[in-house]
Amino acid sequence: MSGTFIGMPKFQTAAKEALGNSQQRRNLQHATGTIRRKRAGVVDELDNWDELRQAGAAIKDNVLSHLDTYLVQLEESLTQAGATVHWAADAEEANRIVTSLVRATGAEEVVKVKSMATQEIGLNEALEVAGINAWETDLAELIVQLGHDKPSHILVPAIHRNRAEIREIFLREMGQVGTPPPTGLTSNPRELAEAARVHLREKFLRAKVAISGANFAIAETGTLVVVESEGNGRMCLTLPETLISVVGIEKVLPTLEDLEVFMQLLPRSSTGERMNPYTSTWTGITPGDGPQDVHVVLLDNGRTDALADQVGRQALRCIRCSACLNVCPVYQRVGGHAYGSVYPGPIGAILNPQLRGTTSDVDQSLPYASSLCGACGDVCPVNIEIPELLVHLRTRVVDEHRGGIPSGEQIAMKGAAWMFSDHRRWEKAQKGAELSGRALGKKDTIGRLPGPLSAWSDARDAPTPPAESFRSWWKREKGDPR
Amino acid sequence: MTSLPGQGMRVALFATCFNDTMWPETPKAVVTVLERLGVTVEFPLDQTCCGQMFTNTGYAREALPLVERFADVFDGYDAVVAPSGSCVGSVRHQHATVARGCGQPALADQATTTARKVYEFSELLVDVLGVTDVGATFPHRVTYHPTCHSLRMLRVADKPLQLLREVRGIDLVDLPEAEECCGFGGTFAMKNADTSVAMGADKAQHVRETHAEVLVAGDNSCLAHIGGLLTRQRSGIRVMHLAEVLASTERDFAAENELGTAGDNPTNQPTDRPTEEEVTA
Amino acid sequence: MSTRDDMLTRIAAALEGADRIPPPQREYGATTPLPDIAATFVERVEDYRAVVERVAPDGIPAAVAAALSLATRVVIPPGLPREWVATLESVDGVEVVADQGDLSSDELDRFDSVVTAAAVGIAVTGTIVLDHGPDQGRRALSLVPDVHVCVVHESQLVGDVPESIAPLRDAVDAGRPLTWISGPSATSDIELERVEGVHGPRTLHVLLVGTDHPLPPA
Repeated sequence: MSGTFIGMPKFQTAAKEALGNSQQRRNLQHATGTIRRKRAGVVDELDNWDELRQAGAAIKDNVLSHLDTYLVQLEESLTQAGATVHWAADAEEANRIVTSLVRATGAEEVVKVKSMATQEIGLNEALEVAGINAWETDLAELIVQLGHDKPSHILVPAIHRNRAEIREIFLREMGQVGTPPPTGLTSNPRELAEAARVHLREKFLRAKVAISGANFAIAETGTLVVVESEGNGRMCLTLPETLISVVGIEKVLPTLEDLEVFMQLLPRSSTGERMNPYTSTWTGITPGDGPQDVHVVLLDNGRTDALADQVGRQALRCIRCSACLNVCPVYQRVGGHAYGSVYPGPIGAILNPQLRGTTSDVDQSLPYASSLCGACGDVCPVNIEIPELLVHLRTRVVDEHRGGIPSGEQIAMKGAAWMFSDHRRWEKAQKGAELSGRALGKKDTIGRLPGPLSAWSDARDAPTPPAESFRSWWKREKGDPR
Repeated sequence: MTSLPGQGMRVALFATCFNDTMWPETPKAVVTVLERLGVTVEFPLDQTCCGQMFTNTGYAREALPLVERFADVFDGYDAVVAPSGSCVGSVRHQHATVARGCGQPALADQATTTARKVYEFSELLVDVLGVTDVGATFPHRVTYHPTCHSLRMLRVADKPLQLLREVRGIDLVDLPEAEECCGFGGTFAMKNADTSVAMGADKAQHVRETHAEVLVAGDNSCLAHIGGLLTRQRSGIRVMHLAEVLASTERDFAAENELGTAGDNPTNQPTDRPTEEEVTA
Repeated sequence: MSTRDDMLTRIAAALEGADRIPPPQREYGATTPLPDIAATFVERVEDYRAVVERVAPDGIPAAVAAALSLATRVVIPPGLPREWVATLESVDGVEVVADQGDLSSDELDRFDSVVTAAAVGIAVTGTIVLDHGPDQGRRALSLVPDVHVCVVHESQLVGDVPESIAPLRDAVDAGRPLTWISGPSATSDIELERVEGVHGPRTLHVLLVGTDHPLPPA
């Protein structure tokens, strides 16, 4: 089930397993390639794209550096509009609040709009424990839920599944929890989507309670915004009597006008469309239209920790578009599960260690799950300097391990730094390389190396050192200039 | 030639620790090309390493003395050139950050000032010296891999390609998915070896699709990674630093045709180089 | 201490000593000049595989009837100009019901079509925005039926997203919801292949009303 990423191994271990799954690698390569091309096409249409990205970053930086003020303003606006505001410090508190709100309605099931925040806190599992069925209604989330699987992408959580696998999941699982798929179901995406439509329609029309997240929360007006494609969001936000929205505290925007920036940045970066099919906004309660019992849970769950890091806090600008996943060469090959979180890919590698801290194996390994190629930073619609943040968090991980018994890496790094801090020591070390170069003679590459170096040489030949370093050559040919 | 583009210019060569030790032909080629253009090249012997490996692995404190050393050693030159996009990227975009992170704002300012005149090789040629034709001849089928840090940290864009296009006899072919990372990534290649190799294997595959004889790039570490896969696969494709291609002249190939041996060849891999006629045919 | 106070205290502590960054200097609501705004709108709405027709004001009733030639039960918002559905209503076997706010979700599900007006049309993105005024009705109306005929006037068109906010502000200030619609409902969740028609109306039929454009021949 989604949200249960506890006890994940470090990234490398999970990555190795994922790399062996050739079906998944093909699915991912195909899907990320498609969406990457779409994004590039619609971004190229706007000649002010860079200006928009800067505006997006600047608005978010303004919000983050006045977050207390804006949250209080948002609370006031929401309350005035008839919504009830709740504050949740962590996942446990948020789940408790939502569970008790659902219980108060007497409902035994809820319909859910795709929401990263509720996945982050493991809300479905918490509701299940309380005997409440939570039905995911986004097609990809439905695929993940019915497949007892974990999401592997922010926008397309079932990106690792192909149509044949989805058909199997539908045939096997759908009938057990509601309207079954038609018997002649093929793997045609149109038929699969139709099966989901019929299956979920029954649930939409019946549901008394819906749970959503929000892409944006406007402080000035108390307006929440959900950006979606399928109309499942509209169904959930409109038909039930009670609506509970779990909103990360970093989702605030100051004014309605700010939407002009984000409603250009998000769809083009996310689905690669000029505009997503549906965007819904609601401002508390509208008499005679939609839910008349509206709750908003403002969620911290580690966000204030990220905010306290003056370099790391820019990760809170993230609008969950997933453009960085689609261009990431590591994500494309490994997929989302190895990141051990609902936030995979480059953004996950900088967000998870900040939200969850760097105590677990997986969170310590995530900042290293990147070749620092920089493709992610280039597509980020809010200019998050992802590679710089990865390095920043690596430094944090290393510094947190200082002071104990030094590891092999620490010893090697300290030794190398000592050698490089004086050119005479460095020259001496080079002499050693020259000697081994001469010993190896005409051989240009080495096949397999022993010990830790085998990590290099298991698949790659290693170059042999030359018999004369550049420095020696220079001294011989050009003399010492000083 | 009466007036050379680099006449009167004094440029310090930052060889980089890896090139100095493992790939000396590359800094030698830089010297050859720059001297051909009239530049006076100096090699400050007290240089060591830019500290990138430390910084990128999280060892900022270990990188700090190297940041300090770099700023001291290269202070006072008109320009500094390094045949590595990655090391120049570190100098330009990380040195000040490392100093600041270690609570040394004065050093951060000094590092910023020094970094302003540090150029990657193709930048120095195209932006500072204003040349694209450096008088090179290289009669081979070549494909070029733009390394990530030269592309996305330094934004050298197509400068290396501008230089390669002017090389006589070259048959320059496009590399599919050129801008995708090769998977080297410094200690990533060791820490995440499986993913690194998976990325490198795809890159090597694209290189093979071009039927090039030589893969060229501006970073020997990336080339060692891709080249290590190419030789393991016995592809027969050599890797070569951009500087070495630009240092090659007609004379190298005249001698080669006579003696049947290669000129500058970092991997000294035995290959049958075609003659110019074969390549251009 | 309440969680609220605790969170606000944590935020204040996190921001201690941080630069308080002012809102950016930005010219909000900038116009995007287009040589032919209506043509761009039509082209971009069609890109989503929606149906778009350009009609003259007096051509609306006929165009609505033609768009709903297969409809039998049609719901309309209470404030929709009744003459827009006059031709449709004259067809045998077609029932048109004006919503009085008392139809349940199940009852709405038994309507096959809905006709609404709109508040704003955004040309560059091919988007229609409903501000759910009386001629657009409550949100469920334009959601549950499978066919949505939406009448947009050329005077409601704006160039791009920045110009769309100002005309929507009054509705938001009045506490009304907004629905931005760009084509029929769609998903790309299966191998990133776009499929139109999931939960929202599977058919979106836009009538763009302008004085220069007579009803095209049937």
